[in-house]
Amino acid sequence: MTLFQKRKAINTFNMAMCVATTVFGLFWLVWLLWTLISHGIGYIDWQVFTEITPAPGNDGGLSNAIVGSLIVTAIGTLIGAPIGIFAGTYLAEYGRNSRLAALVRFFNDVLLSAPSIIIGLFVYEVIVVTMGHFSALAGGIALSLIMIPLNVRITENMMRLVSDQMREAAAALGIPRWKVITRIIYRAALSGIITGVILGIARIAGETAPLLFTALNNNFFSTDVLGPIANLPIMIFQFALSPYEDWHHLAWVGAFLITFTILALNVLVRLVLRPSK
Amino acid sequence: MGDADAPLARRKKTVSAIGDRVFHGVTATSALIVLALIGGIAAALVVGAWPALAKFGPAFVTSMDWNPVTDEYGAAVAIFGTLASSALAMVIAVPVSFGIALFVTELAPVWMRQPISTAVELLAAIPSIIYGMWGLFVFAPFLSTYVQPWLSNALGGWPVVGYLFSGPPIGIGIFTAGLVLAVMIIPFITAVMRDTFEVVPGVLKESSYALGATTWEVARSVILPYTKTGVIGGIMLGLGRALGETMAVTFVIGNAHSIPGGLFYPGNSIAATLANEFTEATGEIYTSALIALGLVLFVITLIVLILARLLLLRLSAQEGQ
Repeated sequence: MTLFQKRKAINTFNMAMCVATTVFGLFWLVWLLWTLISHGIGYIDWQVFTEITPAPGNDGGLSNAIVGSLIVTAIGTLIGAPIGIFAGTYLAEYGRNSRLAALVRFFNDVLLSAPSIIIGLFVYEVIVVTMGHFSALAGGIALSLIMIPLNVRITENMMRLVSDQMREAAAALGIPRWKVITRIIYRAALSGIITGVILGIARIAGETAPLLFTALNNNFFSTDVLGPIANLPIMIFQFALSPYEDWHHLAWVGAFLITFTILALNVLVRLVLRPSK
Repeated sequence: MGDADAPLARRKKTVSAIGDRVFHGVTATSALIVLALIGGIAAALVVGAWPALAKFGPAFVTSMDWNPVTDEYGAAVAIFGTLASSALAMVIAVPVSFGIALFVTELAPVWMRQPISTAVELLAAIPSIIYGMWGLFVFAPFLSTYVQPWLSNALGGWPVVGYLFSGPPIGIGIFTAGLVLAVMIIPFITAVMRDTFEVVPGVLKESSYALGATTWEVARSVILPYTKTGVIGGIMLGLGRALGETMAVTFVIGNAHSIPGGLFYPGNSIAATLANEFTEATGEIYTSALIALGLVLFVITLIVLILARLLLLRLSAQEGQ
């Protein structure tokens, strides 16, 4: 074999491996989704949305877990999104090149990948122990801590995409800076900021680890934010590890609902809101 | 400016000055909350872990005991399981992510790039508990029926490697946890690699193509050296994810408090121990020992993630030049 043939052979082999790894990566997505569809879709009926989680062997649904998940996610979003957006605003506007901003940016990125179970431990220590019991509020706060770094990152990036000429033009008209930011920059970066919030919701909707020690679970219907609350991720965790066949079915239904909601949010954001490159 | 206008102008000025100060304050406070969070997490963990750390001292990290009955706790088994499953995940995920990133940036036709990138990103959007359930009910039985017996037969007799692939082929254990982790971190590593590959100047690549280099040679001798720091940063980021991953690992690692003798043996990870035992822990020392485990995990991931970010920062500084 000549050197040229050898180089060509190596190239062909490695490029084939690239294709193979891509197929390998996509294969898991297909397998996961297929599993969810085949195990979950058959057991979806009205009961799932109207009845609460059953005792083993009884009929029931997931209504308490669905409502609980919505409540906890809503609390997480209401606390996390404003803090994240304001902090992102600081990094993009007032702080921008300051030392403080560089430090915040750095640790925000670290926080973005920090293990979510540690967040759960933290909230347990600070809030659950102080309050004396598990609560939906503590769960929501734990989720908000996961949402904040995501929103900081996306908000800053999106606001930085707005050209400085716009800031200067507005400032030249004598508009105070806070009005420039809230009336002009926010408006220009709106779709990006909303993208961040929706991706944040998609991220926290399926988080389980931070809820384990904070919201716990509840087998009954509850909307009390100061008490333990049922939620889909923990319900899936408990039901999937139980020995009961009908609980497994409900766990698959929950898994199906949660995953396809999250994927739908992700696809929606990419199709509708993301500016095309 | 006439006398009549002066108060109005002044009033306007004060209003906007107050508005600016308030808004500046609100945004700066929010930014400080992010910093306070990292400090607060560290402080809360140290305070919670203190009783256990005071009782067991540095031996906590090296002790293999984990006995709620006698109240003796050590982190060694959980640390080992965390590191072993993450190491296996990295061995698989790094080359696969490299391949996907290269395919998406260099090989794929342009119309294919976005859909493939999106599909890989969706893999990261699937919640970790779903990976766990799928791992337990679908993937583990598949491994124990088809893959593990075959691996044991084919490689079991080899020295060293045979030791790695020993153990009961039950589908639950370090091996399965590592594989599931690999699938979960592929999207994170791929995303960073893809983004760094995209910043390689076209001129560099084109010049080597013009010299007759093959695509692989360009990848190995131009793209990879140019993006080295970014690639390593991405790998560290994936490692940080793998170390702290909780729910998926909890389902498939087997939750056995012993150092596994091979990859197929069940083990335990720090995060899985926390998820399984924390709400059921009774007694001050037991709870405190679990929080101390959390502290160990926090310190390990913090070091890995800080290194990752420093490397990625260096890359963006490079780009700026």
